[in-house]
Amino acid sequence: MSVRHALLALLSDGAKYGLQLRNEFEARTGEVWPLNVGQVYQTLARLERDGLVAVDDAGAEGPQRLYRMTRAGRRELEEWLVTPPDLSAPPRDELVMKVLVATEIDGVDVRAMIQTHRRYLISVMQQWTKVKEDESALDLHLALAVDAELFRLEALVRWLDAAEGRLKRSKPTRRASEARPAGREREPQR
Amino acid sequence: MNVLEMRQITKVYGTAPNEVHALSGVDLTVEAGHLVAVMGPSGSGKSTLLTIAGSLEEPTSGEVVVNGQSLGTLSRNQRAALRRRAIGYVFQDFNLLPGLSALENVSLPLELDGVGLRRAREAGRTALANLGLAERADHFPDQLSGGERQRVAIARAVVGDRTLLLADEPSGALDSANGEAVMRLIRDACRRGVAAVVVTHDAQLASWADRVVFIRDGRVVDQTTSASDVESMLGRHPS
Repeated sequence: MSVRHALLALLSDGAKYGLQLRNEFEARTGEVWPLNVGQVYQTLARLERDGLVAVDDAGAEGPQRLYRMTRAGRRELEEWLVTPPDLSAPPRDELVMKVLVATEIDGVDVRAMIQTHRRYLISVMQQWTKVKEDESALDLHLALAVDAELFRLEALVRWLDAAEGRLKRSKPTRRASEARPAGREREPQR
Repeated sequence: MNVLEMRQITKVYGTAPNEVHALSGVDLTVEAGHLVAVMGPSGSGKSTLLTIAGSLEEPTSGEVVVNGQSLGTLSRNQRAALRRRAIGYVFQDFNLLPGLSALENVSLPLELDGVGLRRAREAGRTALANLGLAERADHFPDQLSGGERQRVAIARAVVGDRTLLLADEPSGALDSANGEAVMRLIRDACRRGVAAVVVTHDAQLASWADRVVFIRDGRVVDQTTSASDVESMLGRHPS
């Protein structure tokens, strides 16, 4: 989540104070991503340095400073919105790591371990679903943020299901370290 | 109050040496107003569990109790009457009768149970209206969208005074918005006191449940209990 661009987006409908920006940020992200006020002021200072926001009353300090977006800020925001985030490299996912590591360790019941993680993920999903259960109290931003979280967690559950199926089909003794093709014992030369 | 109790249910198909143990010693209890999801891979026995809970199939051993009545002690006719009055089913492919309107589909179970036509239709209209389908009552299944057909199927499953709702992959091939709508309808039924069991492989659907039961190779291997699970699994204490 780019706090920098989120703040610019919040300034797109008029000038605002730092505290106000923090409150609006949390409200619009459904309080899914908490933000401390220090982080807001630090980010605003950088945006000001880069000419993306400006403060009209240069003498005002701290909470009294009223920030507005500059033209350059508007251009930056518009460009950010249409630039896809870099998802080309897989994230270092701890859950994926744990399962990969477990398949290498003798005596670990990988299936039981997968079930422990699956139960945990579904429990977390149950909590998120509860958040959106009362439709009348659900605002659009919160609903979008909760959906995103549910899809992310669901993807992990589906990966666990697929991993369990793959482990079941594979020979139990076969490990990654033993699975090198014959004649490829040495590391390939670079 | 427990609406459904399944005790030590086993189901074996075929005969030795080719017998298949679809369920082995499954216990499952569902209270009034609760929604339980049963998750498991294909062939884990979850659909068999549902058909036995709904008395569409008999267990090889074990006891099924619905609304305090042990199914094994009932005659065939008594079981059929219990099925019509107390149990509603939602299937993946909706199973609506194509020659009947939405209203006729929904009120049919009551009519079969001897309820007068006027009263049955009235209850049918109420069930359809609760699901936002009042305007579509006289449409035939092929005139309805997939989401509407599924809502008609749910209306049919909860019409009258049904206490147990059993659903097998109830969102079928619906998109995620319609899948969520289906789960909201099932939750609404639970708020009115219905006990529901939803069999699914879909984690998002399952997450609407009060409790999620995991089934593998015909056995219940695990379940989520309450929200405090998350805290305790992370080694934190709920505040």
